[in-house]
Amino acid sequence: MQVTVNVNGVDHTREIEPRLLLVHFLRDELDLTGTHWGCDTSNCGTCVVLMDSEPVKSCTVLAATAAGHRITTVEGLERDGQLDPVQQGFHECHGLQCGFCTPGMMLTARALLDRNPNPTDEEIREAISGQICRCTGYATIVRSIRWAAEHSDSSSAQEVSV
Amino acid sequence: MATTTEQPPVGFGRHKRVEDARFIRGQGRYVDDIKLPGMLHGAILRSPLAHARIVSIDSSRALAHPKVVAVITGRDLEAQNLAWMPTLSYDTQAVLATDKVRFQGQEVAFVIAEDRYAARDALELIDVEYDPLPVVVNARRALDPDAPVIRDDKEGQTDNHIFDWESGDAQATEEVFARAEVVVEQDMLYPRSHPAPMETCGALADYDRVNGRLTLWCTTQAPHVHRTAYALVAGLPEHRVRVISPDIGGGFGNKVPVYPGYVCAVVGSIVTGRPVKWMEDRSENLMSTGFARDYVMHGEIAANRDGRILAIRVNVIADHGAFNATAQPTKYPAGFFSVFTGSYDLEAAHCKVTGVYTNKAPGGVAYACSFRVTEAVYLVERMVDRLAGELGIDPAELRLRNLLAPEQFPYACKTGWVYDSGDYPTALRKAMALIGYEQLRAEQAERRARGELMGIGVSFFTECVGAGPRRHMDILGLGMSDGAALRIHPTGKAQLALSVQTQGQGHETTFAQIVAEELGIPVADIEVVHGDTELTPYGLGTYGSRSTPVSGAATALVARKIRDKARLIASAMLEVSPDDLEWEKGRFFVKGDPTMGASIQEIAMAAHGTVTLPEGVEPALEAETTYDPPNLTFPFGAYICVVDIDPQTAKVRVRRFVAVDDCGTRINPMIIEGQVHGGLTDGVGMALMEVIAFDEEGNCLNGSLMDYLIPTALEVPDWETDYTVTPSPHHPIGAKGIGESATVGSPPAIVNAICDALAPHGVRHMDMPCNPSRVWEAMQGRPAPPQ
Repeated sequence: MQVTVNVNGVDHTREIEPRLLLVHFLRDELDLTGTHWGCDTSNCGTCVVLMDSEPVKSCTVLAATAAGHRITTVEGLERDGQLDPVQQGFHECHGLQCGFCTPGMMLTARALLDRNPNPTDEEIREAISGQICRCTGYATIVRSIRWAAEHSDSSSAQEVSV
Repeated sequence: MATTTEQPPVGFGRHKRVEDARFIRGQGRYVDDIKLPGMLHGAILRSPLAHARIVSIDSSRALAHPKVVAVITGRDLEAQNLAWMPTLSYDTQAVLATDKVRFQGQEVAFVIAEDRYAARDALELIDVEYDPLPVVVNARRALDPDAPVIRDDKEGQTDNHIFDWESGDAQATEEVFARAEVVVEQDMLYPRSHPAPMETCGALADYDRVNGRLTLWCTTQAPHVHRTAYALVAGLPEHRVRVISPDIGGGFGNKVPVYPGYVCAVVGSIVTGRPVKWMEDRSENLMSTGFARDYVMHGEIAANRDGRILAIRVNVIADHGAFNATAQPTKYPAGFFSVFTGSYDLEAAHCKVTGVYTNKAPGGVAYACSFRVTEAVYLVERMVDRLAGELGIDPAELRLRNLLAPEQFPYACKTGWVYDSGDYPTALRKAMALIGYEQLRAEQAERRARGELMGIGVSFFTECVGAGPRRHMDILGLGMSDGAALRIHPTGKAQLALSVQTQGQGHETTFAQIVAEELGIPVADIEVVHGDTELTPYGLGTYGSRSTPVSGAATALVARKIRDKARLIASAMLEVSPDDLEWEKGRFFVKGDPTMGASIQEIAMAAHGTVTLPEGVEPALEAETTYDPPNLTFPFGAYICVVDIDPQTAKVRVRRFVAVDDCGTRINPMIIEGQVHGGLTDGVGMALMEVIAFDEEGNCLNGSLMDYLIPTALEVPDWETDYTVTPSPHHPIGAKGIGESATVGSPPAIVNAICDALAPHGVRHMDMPCNPSRVWEAMQGRPAPPQ
């Protein structure tokens, strides 16, 4: 079947099997490998992307279901060469180690901050509780997201190359 | 990138990570992200039974699938003498089963197809007829006379016995026990758990038939060892095998062994002449790859009434599963378990470990265990708490009375380890002060009076990490040393190549910091290369907290080689004797005239230029070294945990956790803190949630993340960490390694806290995982049997 999915602001039309999962559509058809796959049961959250600004686990969404919706992946967080404050926060506060859960965590954080720009630590923990990180123990992820909340005005950040 | 503008240190200190730049943009490159032209996909058919004879395998329907290119079975491999492979413990393991299957999830056939969905579809089209056999899953029953013999493929193997191993002095220990005033015994199980890194295991094999070259991208923590293993197993010439370990999504020991899937991908590429990728799914990861622990222990501790600990004795049945595929130094079949002597000055100690086969997945040494130090620390720290309860002495006080004193180091323990350095009482007192130990005990008394269940748990651990020395420690005969190669380019930029590999530990930052500390070159000017056998010196890899103790030492030493050579070149540049030069970070200058000098960058250019070099000094500024550690390093720490247990639901909540760690010299405190946080979370997982259990038929009950529960952000507290610094005297920069300290030290602190909370219910011990149903059973006075 033919589907058109809007990913990071661009429409992509592909001929696919109806059973193709969104995670594989993104990774294999569009080569957007920042979205990861880590379990078969919707538990780990490494595959989280935003569908119309809401976090979804792309391993349990059919590519066909995503047709007509706006998908944002980690590759879409950076705008015009400017990192999202969430991306900056993860770097500032050591919110990642192996990097595998990071894209999903950052997208959930983006969605949280969009609806709640100043969340408490408890709200942050609740927001990311559908996702697993094996490296960080979560405290630095919480700090990273709080950093992003406190630096949401990106114009105030200074440009330093990394 | 927009960031805050603090100046990063040129050397040790908090330095944000170099590798973040790609990960936060989704530009990491993991094995499954790599695509090659013409690439095929593999999938493994696995056994549904734990023990059965294979009557027949019929792949004809699968081969008829339009997208299937090949199906490989054990019989096909047998023809090439590849059906069995050696394990890292000198046992053998079936790549694809030929005679029998020996655990549920064992590899039976390998399908190669045009895409990953078709490969999975075709698994359904392979018809296997099995003849079921009796199953043994309980290690305590594995040596029963009527237990089914699992490894009847091995000549002379008539039971499920793998090894007996002893350490310490049995007779001396018996003598101490005979005269001790108090002896406490405890059976305990360190249950089977799984590292479950977020990225599962996989490989992409690309065999070039024309040149006979194999390139293998693989989720391996030890690329050089894997390359040698493929050379030995498959007879591939080692110089034509390139193993690349790209970005790795967590390892924790799960990615040390060579798995059948990797070998199948290699064989698949050789057979088809096309690249073959194999990525396991989560269930395959949990059910077939290297699990952790599964130690059935009986501990005894002897002491005087005044609380002086005299001796510890342990008997262990070690469940290694169907194949002995643990990865640890050859002479140590129980890993470094014999460091169960812990942090105390004992008169005697003895352990006996018996390894057995069961109808369960192979493994045992994984999940940040430092070669079984996890089990050792759990044993000793639970025994000390049991003793404290028996004597009516506060567990922190009992530890303070028995901890080794700073002046006793280097300390030779009763099982032969020589602890390098430590100041244990300072660390424990610091943790007690940080958490407010006395106030917590007072609060606990009040809450107990109200019927509330609050517990305080203490653990003090001594790790031993950084294997070798190579004369004592090898894997598959390969001595445990590691290399580093450093080249300074003419413009003063540097490239450091390491034999160790990162799975998230941040080597690209910390190892650059070591060079920066030694040579004064900014981290931004240093590129760290790792994880590719073609580009890096030989070494044994990253596990057992080895990287900093071994490759970190190699890095410091290779930088010092460069500095020594730079001195000679500077002397030529400045026309003075080398002895007249003095080093300050980043430059040599003439003694007495600091204005006359040469920076390391200027020296690098001169080294590649035309200046006349002293006799015997070669041009360029490059060096390589391989470090053979003279001893292990011994990080340590004091952990204190507070738990609350809901009396109605028996749910345990970890309210607070204070960790005071000492890993010697601290290279990057930010990364150290992150490693500690991760390990503490592992501890919560093991203590409260994680277990790989089996039913009597050998069905794995925790084969998905629906059943294998891993802590989320809601199950862990905001960690409270602090540190002391006791440098290792034998390490060039005094660093000890930190990667596994918290995983080792935290489970006993949590279980001690839980048993403390449940003391009013008469509970003296309960086995992990302390999930609500098991805690509830314990509260009712009928502890649930081990899972």
